[in-house]
Amino acid sequence: MIAEAGHYALVLALALALIQSFVPMIGARLRDPALMNVARSTALAQLLFVGASFIALVTLHVNSDFSVANVYENSHSMKPLIYKITGVWGNHEGSMLLWVSILALFGGLVAAFGNNLPLSLRAHVLSVQAWIASAFYLFILITSNPFLRIVNPPIEGRDLNPVLQDIGLAVHPPMLYLGYVGFSISFSFAIAALIEGRIDAAWARWVRPWTLVAWIFLTLGIAMGSYWAYYELGWGGWWFWDPVENASLMPWLAGTALLHSALVMEKRNALKVWTILLSILTFSLSLLGTFLVRSGVITSVHAFANDPTRGVFILLILCLFIGGSLSLFAGRATALKQGGLFAPISREGALVLNNLLLTVACAVVLFGTLYPLAMEVLADFKMSVGAPFYNLTFVPLFALLLLAVPFGPMLAWKRGDLLGVTQRLLAAGVAGLVVIAIVWAWTRGGSALAPLAIGLGVFVIAGAVTDIAERTGLLRLPFATTLHRARGLPRSAWGTAFAHAGLGVALIGIVCETTWNSEYIATMKPNDVAQVAGYDLKLDGLLERQGPNYREMIAQFNVSRGGDALSVMTPSKRSFTTRGSSTTEAALLTRGASQLYISLGDVTAEGAIAVRIYHKPMVLMIWWGPVLMAFGGVLSLSDRRLRVGAPKPARAKQRLQPAE
Amino acid sequence: MRRMMAAIVALMLLAVPAVHAVQPDEIMSDQAKEARARELSRELRCMVCQNQSIDDSDAPLARDLRLLVRERIAAGDSNSQVLDFLVARYGEFVLLKPRFERQTLLLWLLAPLLLAGGGFALWRQNRRRSRSGVDVPVSPLTPDEEARLAALMSDDAKSS
Repeated sequence: MIAEAGHYALVLALALALIQSFVPMIGARLRDPALMNVARSTALAQLLFVGASFIALVTLHVNSDFSVANVYENSHSMKPLIYKITGVWGNHEGSMLLWVSILALFGGLVAAFGNNLPLSLRAHVLSVQAWIASAFYLFILITSNPFLRIVNPPIEGRDLNPVLQDIGLAVHPPMLYLGYVGFSISFSFAIAALIEGRIDAAWARWVRPWTLVAWIFLTLGIAMGSYWAYYELGWGGWWFWDPVENASLMPWLAGTALLHSALVMEKRNALKVWTILLSILTFSLSLLGTFLVRSGVITSVHAFANDPTRGVFILLILCLFIGGSLSLFAGRATALKQGGLFAPISREGALVLNNLLLTVACAVVLFGTLYPLAMEVLADFKMSVGAPFYNLTFVPLFALLLLAVPFGPMLAWKRGDLLGVTQRLLAAGVAGLVVIAIVWAWTRGGSALAPLAIGLGVFVIAGAVTDIAERTGLLRLPFATTLHRARGLPRSAWGTAFAHAGLGVALIGIVCETTWNSEYIATMKPNDVAQVAGYDLKLDGLLERQGPNYREMIAQFNVSRGGDALSVMTPSKRSFTTRGSSTTEAALLTRGASQLYISLGDVTAEGAIAVRIYHKPMVLMIWWGPVLMAFGGVLSLSDRRLRVGAPKPARAKQRLQPAE
Repeated sequence: MRRMMAAIVALMLLAVPAVHAVQPDEIMSDQAKEARARELSRELRCMVCQNQSIDDSDAPLARDLRLLVRERIAAGDSNSQVLDFLVARYGEFVLLKPRFERQTLLLWLLAPLLLAGGGFALWRQNRRRSRSGVDVPVSPLTPDEEARLAALMSDDAKSS
């Protein structure tokens, strides 16, 4: 019953989405408020039905109802409850259902909190949202129905892929999708603006918070996924330039550019056409990512050709939306008036440079991902593009970008004084140079690039601090005045500083980890001692244990440094009986920002075990960086300016007034 | 991220064996040569894996390739000779860093071309604008918007 109800709810959601696709559009044409208001009710009802459908699938998984194919293929009655729930989106059908649920959530949010949007704009935005939703409901119902029954229900399920049985699955995909799908809002706003043929600074105000929300989730989602890969995969890698990763990086790069260009549009009414184009491109890249991931085209062009139904369907959606929106853009963009003159050296100019570098970086990733596919199909030339390629192309672009980052927020709008800003950044520059000199002297004979890159990271962080110090008059004015000014500073200024500093932090982490990572690979017997980066790790022994749906072999290591016992580390290997596969559970010991990392290999006939031990200096900074960036985003989101412009019920706004 | 997505996407049916990449018995006694082998391994693709280098992969084929690389190094090959040897055997698919040649021209030149093109477009636009000298006229606000703007402005003034 539950499966059928869930299925039916999804069909109803499709029906609602179809109504929402056309009725408000017609209403906007006829200037009929009643018809335009249909969008609001259908968007909320859609959320209700998709939510019901999603809850139905969760219930089926929790109840281990193996008469449903999706549950049978991805669950097991002995699986811990948390993985029964997260397993819902640990497979193709369920994750697509999560995708549309989040799409409906965003549509519902616009409907619920969009009361201060002009009626026709809201109608258009929600209609465009419904087009996207209809396409994906159809996709799920036709090619990926998660509610299909099995005629002769088996007693036991096939279990979830063991690598996915981790808390990471609970957090990473929902976050990522909140980011991916969140960009649909700026896309819908862009299309609505093109249809209406009008766009102004108020438009940018409405779009920016939504973009920011999506960006925050995408940032955290990518970082979370990277940390998950790091601790779970067992060789301590955290970024692989894998097409699937690139699929999430591209919308992030474009979204970051969008965030910055929307700023110019909001403040100075310039870069309108470009901002619209970026909104379209960002969501198009999200769709492309969905296509790359869902069609299996990455694994192999041939796998795609063998079972093309899903792939072709998403490809159609992709062509329809990207092609349609870009042609609309081509036809209507010239009608949008350009405004806001600025000199090349100005805040706007800096943001344009930011956009240029980010879009080129994004294009590099796009080409690196698709070029091998294109060559194979068009020229029958099989080639690979991997990390060494991106290190030579993407990394220099980002280095250039980071070098420019501290200048941006300190330049004035319209016409800036580059020399003056350089003088004010002198201290930050000197800090960077001093760090370069120290690191250089300390690691003589090592890589020459590493000290430079660390210096750049320090410069970016010091630049962010300088910006805040300048704005608050730190060291120039009495401390009380500074404090007062700091409190009065717009939250978005703090947000900028945190986000930019986060970039520097991540850079330092990346450089330290890749340059000074030490590694120890050997087979060890009990009581053997491994020495890594000044730590002594003694293998005490091996023991076996039975988990809920796996057996696990645990190795116990006593970690000491200079004779002082520090901790016990217990890496393990788990064998999952149902799928006949195993996972390594690495053991991590955090010391400041650095980590010791042990993962286990095979046991030899003599009872020795293969181990890999790493010392990863400053590795945690890689993820502290994105967390800082996301925190900056949250601060910026709480800025008054955005709250006022942001869709919010009028009541909340009144409560703000007597604040001071 | 890679793990989850890759697993969801493509490896739903293939369980990933969680064994180590470089095995202890593969390591060369000469540290300098081992370092070279590791460096080369990072540039070579495990051809049966999804975009993994042979340094990262635990597939049997990756192990064979790692041993092959070490064999060539032990035989006295230079780094580029080792790469040539592998390309001759397995084609350019094995290289994670594609060679700079006719087929990959666009790939390698994309970033400089786009930067130059984007820079040129910006320069031209700036020149055109500064020559025309005046701001493009902005369409006037509708009365509706005027009222909204006034409301927003007074709102700002009151609470700041």
